[in-house]
Amino acid sequence: MSRLQVKALDKSFGSQAVLRGLDLEVASGSLTAVLGPSGCGKTTLLRLVAGFDRADSGEIRLGDAVVAAPGRHTPPEKRQVTVVPQEGALFPHLDVTANVVFGVDRARRRAGHRVVELLELVGMGGLGGRMPSELSGGQQQRVALARALAPDPQLILLDEPFAALDAGLRLSLRVEVAAALRLAGATALLVTHDQEEALSTADSVAVMADGVIRQHASPLEVYHQPVDLGVARFVGEAVELAAVADGPYATTALGRHRLPMSACGAGVVVLRPEQLAVGANGVSATVVEERFFGTSTVLTLRLAGSSDVVRARTTGNHPIGTTVKLQVLGPVVFFAI
Amino acid sequence: MPAVAAALLALLPLGYLVVRAGDKGAGFAFDYLRRDSTSELVLRSLGLTVTVTVACVVLGVGLAVVTTRIVLPGRALWMTLAALPLAIPSYVSAYAWISALPSLAGFGGAALVLTACTYPYVYLPAAAALSRTDPALEEVARSLGRTPWQTFRTVTLRQIRPAVASGALLVALYVLSDFGAVSLMRFDAFTQVIYTSYRASFDRTPAAVLSLVLVVITIAITLGEVRSRGRAQQWRAGAGAARRPVPQALSRGRTLATLGGCVAVALVSLGVPLASLGYWIVRGASLDLDWSRLAGAGATTMVASGAGALGCVVLAVPVGVLAARYRSTGVRMIEQATFAGHALPGIVVALALIFFGTRYARPFYLEMPMVIAAYVVLFLPAAVGAVRASVALSSPRVEEVARSLGRSPYGVLRTVTLPLAAPGVAAGAALVMLTCMKELPATLLLHPTGSETLAIRLWSLTRVGSYADAAPYAAALVLLAALPTFWLSHASRQRHHTEELSP
Repeated sequence: MSRLQVKALDKSFGSQAVLRGLDLEVASGSLTAVLGPSGCGKTTLLRLVAGFDRADSGEIRLGDAVVAAPGRHTPPEKRQVTVVPQEGALFPHLDVTANVVFGVDRARRRAGHRVVELLELVGMGGLGGRMPSELSGGQQQRVALARALAPDPQLILLDEPFAALDAGLRLSLRVEVAAALRLAGATALLVTHDQEEALSTADSVAVMADGVIRQHASPLEVYHQPVDLGVARFVGEAVELAAVADGPYATTALGRHRLPMSACGAGVVVLRPEQLAVGANGVSATVVEERFFGTSTVLTLRLAGSSDVVRARTTGNHPIGTTVKLQVLGPVVFFAI
Repeated sequence: MPAVAAALLALLPLGYLVVRAGDKGAGFAFDYLRRDSTSELVLRSLGLTVTVTVACVVLGVGLAVVTTRIVLPGRALWMTLAALPLAIPSYVSAYAWISALPSLAGFGGAALVLTACTYPYVYLPAAAALSRTDPALEEVARSLGRTPWQTFRTVTLRQIRPAVASGALLVALYVLSDFGAVSLMRFDAFTQVIYTSYRASFDRTPAAVLSLVLVVITIAITLGEVRSRGRAQQWRAGAGAARRPVPQALSRGRTLATLGGCVAVALVSLGVPLASLGYWIVRGASLDLDWSRLAGAGATTMVASGAGALGCVVLAVPVGVLAARYRSTGVRMIEQATFAGHALPGIVVALALIFFGTRYARPFYLEMPMVIAAYVVLFLPAAVGAVRASVALSSPRVEEVARSLGRSPYGVLRTVTLPLAAPGVAAGAALVMLTCMKELPATLLLHPTGSETLAIRLWSLTRVGSYADAAPYAAALVLLAALPTFWLSHASRQRHHTEELSP
């Protein structure tokens, strides 16, 4: 069952079309990431789902209820959709506990709401009396998450909630937040421009560009079987090789590759740098550039007998000018041109 | 709805003034305007306005350069002293000067007192602009072969011009609407003539006609200020000042000369008034002081200004919240209507309320509610500004989060927006209260017989030359006015403190 259903959503600001007939479904209890470059309309989508802005046309359903349709707009306070904004946006005049119970109605508050439990869940146990100004950026985001979870909403919207944090904190916090969301059984929509964040935290990833969802699938599928070159390039680093397809196979400078779907004619084969194995077998290539990243080394290589330049992720020492052998591992995708 | 009511109240005096001036037919009004005495009055008032404004620009910019760009012993002290005259009402300063030097009465005295009281309106924005300008621009000019003086003239002054212009226009508005200083200095400027013509005859149409002329002039000046502000935006757009300008060291002789200038300004604007006030307090101490009358005046001042501040804030909250959150045409019109008081001299508002009161609000005629209504019309702009600024400070994201957590728009206003804006609104209320305490002309015309404020007592005693009797009232006024001032600076320091804590 899908908790959120967005159909043919349009939204323009002046003459600038931001959403162009966008469709999206979020399964109940899942964590879905909307991944897209800055300015692709992610935040607009989120604001429409929350009810902060009105769509020009299209429909938004939450569970069985239509909350936005032409001539219909359920105000944000009636949607049971909560948000975790980028900067947290805690109420600065309220302490942590008061922030968390802000959306909980009085009856449930009196019945002893599970504030303590929620604060434990987000790793803020015992800090209920603090004021927002006394919290670090990461702590503020944890409280903002607890506040969004507290009223048991239908859907939680997270708008780049880790973007303002430093790299180390971002990594640990997103793992914890994903765990907390799953533990709470919440349905969540995470908006981000960070590929790694989307792939590592979400159950499914919706890649957005130019106001539409280009592909919505599991992280693995989005990464290894992108539907077009744009998605392939955005979701991760792409190795692109000129290719000619003849049915179930495509031929490139690196050999013949089996395709997931039959194709014919000229095009591009796309694979990921870690699919290029540097070893004893395969096609000869010359090292043009070597960049060391600690856990791995990225080599830029010129293939023998072709003008193709590729990048491979490997380990070990490969000085510039040396010749290595390259082999393709795993499936590749083909796009006709 | 409450916002619309506030706008109507603010526009009421202006509208009624037009009705009243045309009472005897447009012909009478035009004949009156064509009289020689009227044109002389306009010239006299404009003469004073131009003189004071020019003097303030010279003094304000000069002091701003000295305190921000030159290595000067006790720089922080001079900066504080240069801003302090703003706290002294013009009639207190006029009282202090005329009681010390009765021969000052006339144009010279009025110009001196008004310059000493209002130059901070130029100094403060000029100093702020000077410390904000990017020194890289000046360095570039120097590297292109300009001398320091040429650079100052062609680069630095150009950059601070919008700030100086808006300050100068504030000074001009202040001078045109000032009543206390010109009346105590017995200089027949607009406000003074309006007052005497109102007091002297039963025919109040001339007073209304003159008021309208004054309003036309002040509105023209206000529009000028708005236009100069529009240009200022473009000026500031490019000024991403990364560094602060470094003060220049002067030779010993020049430093001493500069210090001398600073001391002279401080003596004229603060030293003489304080010394004179002190002298009269000591002299007055030997006289029999009517303590109950002083206490009564103090209480009346507090009650009237407190009620005025409350009224302003109650009406300002809906307008300010609307203005900060919704920029529709309707909202903009409401906001601009409440700003009418900004251009209206106190004496004009008072006259308009009197005309209105005698016809339609007889029970309130010359009663306290009328004084409070005048305060609201005059100082609503300040209160709206304070509410708007403090509401704009809190992020609309926070309000959206509150909506998504199930609160209605009104609930969000009550539980989030207003609590967050409360410190700023309270500071605005204190500021309005302070301004009400110092208000003279409207209070003078509208106050109920028998209940006088400190300002009225001070003014009437000075008018009849009882300087020693006036001294305790001046002292009490300064002391009472210090209370909200102290609270204001304390509150703003606390706010800075909490802002530093939050990331």
